[in-house]
Amino acid sequence: MSASRFAHAINQALDDMMARDPAVILLGEDIGKAGGTFAVTRGLQDKFGADRVIDMPIAENAIAGMAVGLAMSGMKPVAEIMFMDFVTLAMDAIVNQAAKLHFMFGGQGSVPLVIRMQHGGGLNAGPQHSQCLEGWFAHIPGLKVVCPATFDDAYALLQAAIEDPNPVLFIENKALYPMKGALSDPPPRVRLGKARIARSGRDVTIVTYGAMLHTVLAAAETLAAEGIEAEVIDLRTLQPWDEAAVLASLRRTHRLVVAHEAVESFGPGAEIAARMAHVGFDELDGPIVRVGGPFVPVPFSRKLEAEYMPNDQQVIAAVRATYG
Amino acid sequence: MTTPDAIISPPGDLALRRNQPALLDLYEQMLVIREAERNCGALFAEGAIPGFIHLSDGQEATCVGMISALRSDDTIASTHRGHGHALAKGLRLDAFFKELMGREDGACKGRGGSMHVADLSVGMLGANGIVGGGIAIAVGSGLAHKLRGQDTVAVSFFGDGAMAEGVLHEAMNIAALKAIPVIFVCENNGWSEFSPTATQVSFTLEKLAAAYGIAYHRIDGHDVGRVAELGAEIVGAVRGTGRPAVVECLTTRMRGHYEGDSQRYRDHGQPLVDPIEVARGTLLGMGVEAPALDALAGQVRDRVLAAVESARASAEPSFESVLAGVYAVEAAR
Repeated sequence: MSASRFAHAINQALDDMMARDPAVILLGEDIGKAGGTFAVTRGLQDKFGADRVIDMPIAENAIAGMAVGLAMSGMKPVAEIMFMDFVTLAMDAIVNQAAKLHFMFGGQGSVPLVIRMQHGGGLNAGPQHSQCLEGWFAHIPGLKVVCPATFDDAYALLQAAIEDPNPVLFIENKALYPMKGALSDPPPRVRLGKARIARSGRDVTIVTYGAMLHTVLAAAETLAAEGIEAEVIDLRTLQPWDEAAVLASLRRTHRLVVAHEAVESFGPGAEIAARMAHVGFDELDGPIVRVGGPFVPVPFSRKLEAEYMPNDQQVIAAVRATYG
Repeated sequence: MTTPDAIISPPGDLALRRNQPALLDLYEQMLVIREAERNCGALFAEGAIPGFIHLSDGQEATCVGMISALRSDDTIASTHRGHGHALAKGLRLDAFFKELMGREDGACKGRGGSMHVADLSVGMLGANGIVGGGIAIAVGSGLAHKLRGQDTVAVSFFGDGAMAEGVLHEAMNIAALKAIPVIFVCENNGWSEFSPTATQVSFTLEKLAAAYGIAYHRIDGHDVGRVAELGAEIVGAVRGTGRPAVVECLTTRMRGHYEGDSQRYRDHGQPLVDPIEVARGTLLGMGVEAPALDALAGQVRDRVLAAVESARASAEPSFESVLAGVYAVEAAR
């Protein structure tokens, strides 16, 4: 098995899951004939037919709501919201319906639904096509939130998301789609909610997820040249997040940075920092420092967006700040 | 674009009017719902049912009539005024009252309450606290019926207030485009919560259906026999063709938007049509004796009362079990 680009790993996972389980269907805007805005679903309609790779009108509310009804009636829909920014139009179906039904109906049935979408800046797509909104969904009991950063995780986490009986938001970063690489053969299997140590180190723990992993790993190499060995934790799943893995790493390093592309204020890093300040207080040798997007909409201009995006220098500065 | 082939209910005798046992059965189901709602109101007034409840008095004929045309494997998605839909689709009375009283043995273990009563085992995909929230769910369920190669259909019950929600437009467009076996049943009681619907929407459902090329049917929703007979025709057509339909049942909301609604906005001088009185009149006209109907009502009262008593005696849920119920447990691989 091979996949030369990140988008192909996702395509391969969809392909394999559809081949394995006839209940798995895809629905979304331009995913079939057009193959998806970022070509993630290319070729799947030819292979599985228009009944299983369903081109939908531009109607996010109904797409998400129908996915809930499909999931309650024996199917395993994988819906695509073209840009994460457009999920605002589908919030009722996700937050009030999908997230609550299993609980609200006292455990009757479940909603085995995956909603794929892509977030992130870097393509000069402007304020309404670049946001990282995953924190909203991690806040909602009943939803799971997944953000893959590597080829193997793109495949294995999507497989786990489709197999999961709960509604899962599978959030890809558009900047990763062209990334080159290869899938392991066979691809590993992973459980949702399990973090991965992406780099071992003894001096500081940097927790991250999604595309920001690659920025953090670059920062870690620079720090290593200065004699600071960072341990990098790739959360992979934001909800549920692997608190035990983060705490275990903090116990080794005694310093903590949380880095993500999402806006820093009220972002996922706040939850992780607050939790560690509580359960890991005695382990900390310095302040917990966060890195995230500034509190402004993602600007369009090439120059402005480049300055907006959290970068390795900010991660390095954050690590230094943990030394007080 | 297909042309809508509206079936407006024809005047004159219906077979069902001559079919006494069938009408008696529908009448009894309506009595059960009315009696259940009467008890809900009383239990709410005494504080035994907390929260908000929206009673369906006056709308019994639409839900009983339409659901009488469905099979148990057909699915329905309902509204905040969903008690009748749940009971007509087959939710047990005791599980219903236990749920509304928030008890562990309730249909939803006391997690949902009035606005979220559901019984997936009988294809009742839930009442819904969000106006229009069930519409796309029903369309999705209908698509699942189609994709699984079954001849089952889905029904979306919604009120005329939901006509102003954008999701209805999205859902009707997709149901028509993709030929999904779903029936959009609008229970038009003239009220969008506290406002006359005439002040809320600038169109008619008939014209909206025509715009999407979906067959439209208007039914007098006070006549349970007529709803049942035309409902059977419409459900049969949707089952056969796999194409959607729109049904507008003209009905009456006899009580407020919710219990406790003072209804200062309403003209109380207007006489209300009660579908149970309509059915009773028809049955008497068919020669059924009044004492027999009164005896039936007495039996229904006893059944409902027994369910209420059983609910009063049932246990409160524990919070520990709530925490474990947020996520479905992963199926064994």
